[in-house]
Order: sequence, then C-alpha cells, then structure tokens
Amino acid sequence: MPSMYHQVVIVGGGLAALRAAIEAKDAGLDVAVFTRVHPVRSHSVAAQGGVNGALANAESARDDTIEKHAFDTVKGSDFLADQPAAITMTADAPRRIIEMEHWGCPFSRTGEGKIAQRPFGGAGYPRTCYAADKTGHALLHTMYEQTVKRDIKVYEEWSVLSLVVENGVCRGVIALDLRDGDIHPVGADAVIFGTGGTGRVYGRSTNSIIVTGAGMAIAYRAGVPLKDLEFIQFHPTSLFGNNVLITEAARGEGGYLRNANGDRFMEKYAPKAMELGPRDIVARSIQTEINEGRGFPGGYVHLDLTHLGAQKILERLPAIRDISINFVGVDPIEKPIPIQPGQHYTMGGIDTDVNGATALKGFYAAGECACVSVHGANRLGGNSLLETIVFGQRAGANASQYVKGNGRGRPGEELLRERLHEVRGRWERLRAADGPEDPAAIRDEMKATMIEKVGIFRDAEKMTDALQTVKRLQERYKKVHVNYRGRRFNLDLLRTFELGMKLDLAEIIARGALDRKESRGSHARTDYKERDDANWLKHTMAHYTPDGPRFDYKPVEITKWQPEARRY
Amino acid sequence: MSITDTKPQLEGAKTVTVNIFRYDPATTDKPHYDSWQVPIIGSMTVLDLLFHLLEHEDGSLAFRYACREAICGSCALYVNGSYRLACKTQLKDLKAPEINISPLPHLKVIKDLVVDMDPFWEKYERIKPYLITRDEPPEKEFLQDPAARLKMDDMVDCILCGACYSGCPTVWTDPDYLGPAALVKMNRFTVDTRDQGNKERTKLFDNEHGVWRCHTIFNCVEACPKDINQTYSIQHLKRRAVARRFGGK
Repeated sequence: MPSMYHQVVIVGGGLAALRAAIEAKDAGLDVAVFTRVHPVRSHSVAAQGGVNGALANAESARDDTIEKHAFDTVKGSDFLADQPAAITMTADAPRRIIEMEHWGCPFSRTGEGKIAQRPFGGAGYPRTCYAADKTGHALLHTMYEQTVKRDIKVYEEWSVLSLVVENGVCRGVIALDLRDGDIHPVGADAVIFGTGGTGRVYGRSTNSIIVTGAGMAIAYRAGVPLKDLEFIQFHPTSLFGNNVLITEAARGEGGYLRNANGDRFMEKYAPKAMELGPRDIVARSIQTEINEGRGFPGGYVHLDLTHLGAQKILERLPAIRDISINFVGVDPIEKPIPIQPGQHYTMGGIDTDVNGATALKGFYAAGECACVSVHGANRLGGNSLLETIVFGQRAGANASQYVKGNGRGRPGEELLRERLHEVRGRWERLRAADGPEDPAAIRDEMKATMIEKVGIFRDAEKMTDALQTVKRLQERYKKVHVNYRGRRFNLDLLRTFELGMKLDLAEIIARGALDRKESRGSHARTDYKERDDANWLKHTMAHYTPDGPRFDYKPVEITKWQPEARRY
Repeated sequence: MSITDTKPQLEGAKTVTVNIFRYDPATTDKPHYDSWQVPIIGSMTVLDLLFHLLEHEDGSLAFRYACREAICGSCALYVNGSYRLACKTQLKDLKAPEINISPLPHLKVIKDLVVDMDPFWEKYERIKPYLITRDEPPEKEFLQDPAARLKMDDMVDCILCGACYSGCPTVWTDPDYLGPAALVKMNRFTVDTRDQGNKERTKLFDNEHGVWRCHTIFNCVEACPKDINQTYSIQHLKRRAVARRFGGK
C-alpha cells in the first residue's frame, strides 16, 4: 500500500493552521490537517481580550490608521520588529477581521452595530476588536466552522514527530496516530506549521498544557533556524495560584492594579499610560512591587475591578469573572483579583518571511510558532490573534502557489520508508527506555529553572546557572525511563518525547538570553539595563548542530521609524 | 501539582479514595475501576489529580486535556454522578469520602477516560454549522444591533465538550438524534441576523431525528458546565418549525 499523501499538509489545529488550510483548500488543492487535539481544543481558543485592527469603529478612534497601528507595534516591540512585516500585518488586519465577521464570528457590537473595539496596552486608540472576553473562542469556532463547510480533512489526535526532507526540500512529515500508537509517513508537496509557542518550557505559564514548542523543535532539528527565542512574554495578570490568564481587557475596560498598600503603583512606572502600558513594562512593574515588599504574602498584587460595576463586568468580562470565582473564590464585582505575572507568549520562533516561507523549500510556518518578526522584543496585546489570521492566510496562499508551480507530487516510497525507519527507531528506543531518570522530575526542574532564572529579570549569573542546569537535564534525559510501554494513547511516552524537544528549546532560550548583553522589551537584564542599539539591534538566529545550537545574527529591517526611547 | 507548578505537600494532607474507570478494548482485560489514596492539596482539581497519577502512579492512564481553564472542552467527565470538566472541579468541593471518575457515559470508550466523540462531531457537521449567506457581503462588517447579538450569547459560549450529548436520554435510544449541542449550534445560526440559511436548516431539524425527539427532560441543561440552556434553544427551534408549517418564515 502506498504511503499517505496530501498536496498540502497542515500541522496544528489553531487559528493560523486552520486559516492556512482554508486558503490552500480554496486554491483547489488536496489539504489535510494533522493535529494533536481536536481543532477547537487548540490554544487559540483561550485567547480572551481581542484582535487588533485599525477599523476606527470606536467614537474616540475615528482618526486611527493602519500606519499608527504599525507604529504602535514597532514601538511596543522595542524596535526589534521588522518594520515592513509590521506594516504588512496591520495593513492586512481590517480585511482579515472583516472576513472573520463575514464568516459569522460573534463579535460584540457598538451602538451602531459595528464590531466593538476596546483600548489595549501600548495602543494609541481603542482598536482591539472583541467578543466579550472570549475572542479566541469566538474566532476559533468560526474558523473551524469554515473548515467543516469546506470539508477539509482533519487527522485528529495525530502528533507530528518529524519533517521529511530530501535534498533541501520538505517532502512531508512523520506522524504518530496517538489512538493506536502507529507511526506513519505522510508525503506532501508543502508542509505548513501552525503549531503554537513554547510556553510550557516555563513554570507559571498561562498556556494550555499542550503548548510544548514541539513544532519549533521539529523545524529546528530539520535545519530551519529559530529566531529571537530569548524574547519570552510575561503577561502582567495571571491568576495567583494556577496562572490562568486574566485578560488585559480587564485593564482596557478600566481596571486598576494596586499593591498591598492599596496604591495604584503604575503611576511610578508609566504615568501616562498607567495600567495600559505595554506588557513588558507592566509585568516588570508588578514584579518590582512584589520584589520590594509591596506585594501580598506569596507574591501577588491586586487587579481591582470593583469600581467598574456589576453590569460592565457581566457584559464585557464574564469569563474572567467565572475563572476568578471558580479557581480562587473571588467575585471581581466585590473583591479585587489576586494576580502575578506569568509566562504567556513566545515572541520568537521559526524564522519566516511575510509569506510564511522558511529557509527550507516547501516548508512554511505561521502564528506563534513563527517569527516574521512582527512582535520583536515585546508583543502588544491583541496582535497575536491578528498574526494568526493574517499570516495563516499568507502562508496558505504562498504555499499553494509554490505547490502549483513547483509541486513534485508524491514523494518516493524509499525516501519515506527511510525517514520512517529513523523516527520509528528513536521512538521505539524511548519506548523501551528503562534508565534511572524520572521524566516528570526533569520536566519540573526545567520549568522551575526557566521561570526563576530566565524570567522577568535576568542577569549573567542566573542565566549561566540556568544554562548549566538545562545541560545537566539534557544529560539526565539520555538516561530517562518511561513508565508505560503500551502503544495506544500512550501519553507518558508522547510527553517524554516532547520533553526532549522542550529541553532543546530551553537551551536556545537561555543561551540566546545570556549572549544578548542589553535590555530590550521582555528581555530585561539587571546587569545590562539599557537598550544597546549600536551592538544589539539585530535578530538572534539559532541553528541546529549535533553539539548544540550555533548562533549568529541577522539585521533588523528598519525602513520607516528610527529607534527612540520608549515612554508611555 | 505538576501542571500548576506547586509541589505537593504530601505529609499531613487529608487523603481521599479515588476510583478511576479503566478499560483498553485492545486487551483482554475487562472494564474495571482502579483505586488510589491521594492527598487533597489546596485547590487541586480532578485534572491535577489525573496528571499526578499519570506521572507518579500509572503511566498507562489515558485522558484528554488542553487548556485547564474550562474553555477548550477536552476534559468533560462523569465525576461522582455529575457531568463535570476535570479542570474546573476541585477535589475539596466534591465533599465526598470517595471520588469516582468515569468517562462520558453512553459513548464508546477508546481507552480509560477517552471516548469516541465521532458520533457527536458527525451530528455537528450534519447541521451545516456555519453562517450561510446568499447576498454579496457588504464591503465592511455586517451591521448587527447589540440586542440582536445578545440573543446568541449563551449559544456561542458552547465549548463542544459533549457533556449534554452524553447525558441526553434521547441520544441513548435514538442514535440518529441530533442531540443538544448540535441543536444549540443550529439555533445560534437561526437567530443570527446575518444568516440566510433558514430554509435549508429547517429541513435539518424539523424531522423525526430533529427537535421533535426532545422530551424536555433537561438533562442537558444540568450537564452543561457552561450554564447554557440547551432546552431553550430546542424549544425555540420547535416554535420556528411550527410557525413555518403555518406559513410563517
């Protein structure tokens, strides 16, 4: 029997992946989606606050423009974003958002019946389009509906383990069917990754447990460079206790941050923007209050919504009210929510151009797993959902064009068998592994090390220590055991396999961060406090070698706005 | 627990007996419950518990998970006789000496707590779960009155977890019955002012496996972890079907 084959193989089930699938299907190609969870379970569903686009729908936003949106994005990025990419994203924003509305997305509405927009951090105008505080859910369900309408084939609970590369061209993937434990080669003319970020390399993450970074690690192992991975976003407000996200919209709607003395401390750090400063600045401000003893015992501050009134909270922020009541027993209508910063987003990722193309022919990436770069050193809230729908579409269109012009058809069986043999060998060796090391202990130590030592505030000593720990964990990982050797739905084995990939990424993050001797956006060093444009206005590129990552750098595209001091 | 990065303080913690349904149809083992004594720590959830067991007690345990914040719909289970999302159910709130955890009833078990959701998705797909428009869309967004948007509010909150479907006695007896979730989705489009698909939709729900099979038992409403009123949506569709037969739109 010949191996499986589709012209375009999409990996991932979130917004970027599905948007790419739709584009390729509409181009008339044979498309299949391979996803570790059912598409509507993907992490896009958890996005809350909204999606940015200069629609100028709000009364106070009549003179908003795509150029202003691009400038806010670039300034928010601490000037590390590639400016043409930021302009591309903001220029595509209105049409992509309108398209989602035409496809049925249940956006909240203005009095005139237009898509409602709210203020968000680091933005000059209210330009964040929302569906209450469940915007990711509204968008992802709408996007999935469109894939059903188009009858796009979905392989559910399939986890891609490797790319198939032949003479510098991507020719498919090797994928695990989690339900029966079989591993299959899947031929393709083009592969598009929309596999999400690396959040769960860190402790205290707001991310879904499935956000493992596997897609990035697979691309890296196949020789595709990863860019700017040291830039990790810490969201200012995650719930104290389990770090579930409490949306920025809570502050966009007027919420206050208060320390244990009851002070609105943001006036010290961002006197104009206050609580609506960009995320890197607000997260650092909160952490400073906690570190200097003005937080509450255990390490948190208050997000106070009590002055907003019940009606506004029930209408605009119902989901975070539920989260707060359910997980910490606090009704934000009556009492402030205990919050602390938590790992939230991976600005870096698979190096792509504005069309999702990578250094590997036939291989594309979009969404959080990719780094175009539009977020630079710090992403603005509301720009990640935007990135998924803009670059998902662009990657889908570009890959389709590539397939039509250069598609090579079904790859040779010998190639697929060879790659299958290699990946299955690795998998089977792990399945039989009976070393002394416990994968859960390695995972816990990696997460704790990354949040403590490559977290919000960094210095050479902590990061050197973190890097040594990660290398030690990599050595221990070689002597790991698995607890279950069955084939069907073997979570233990899959999670242990993914742990090896997480450790690759942890090393790249720690090394890139240690080498970057400046502070920029989310990368805040106490031993190099200033931004250093003369030496570090450049992208970090990590390349796979068998002995660990090799680093070099790539210039930032600065075409319109010269770097300036960031004041908010 | 591992997923919340809080190391369990095992000593002195109150313990509880947990019984978990186990079955792997690929083996000769019969379905059964395995039991563990586990400590209840702080706000530990059923999902935290499952990860604790997977990592430290039994690597063969199978269950679904993703967001751990009640929005992805992966982890609906049957816990102590109620439909619950594992991620938002805290052990201490169950206030029971024993905790029994089973997969969603009336669905085929793939392994342990993982069930075959294909019949559920097949019905979701059958009702044309997408906006149907005939006219060329406007250049900008469709205008929709905030009050009209409000009418969809609880329907668009559905996370497709399958609890209502698993709990519906009509689904148990009529495998072709669309079930509550698909009908809520249907109603969500029926009330959407942008949608022009009513004519073709009506055929899909006004039939012997459609809305008329609902006997308003309200199990779905009770099962729903998102407080959606499925029965309201189904009754609304019934009224629409009747109005249509009497010459309405």
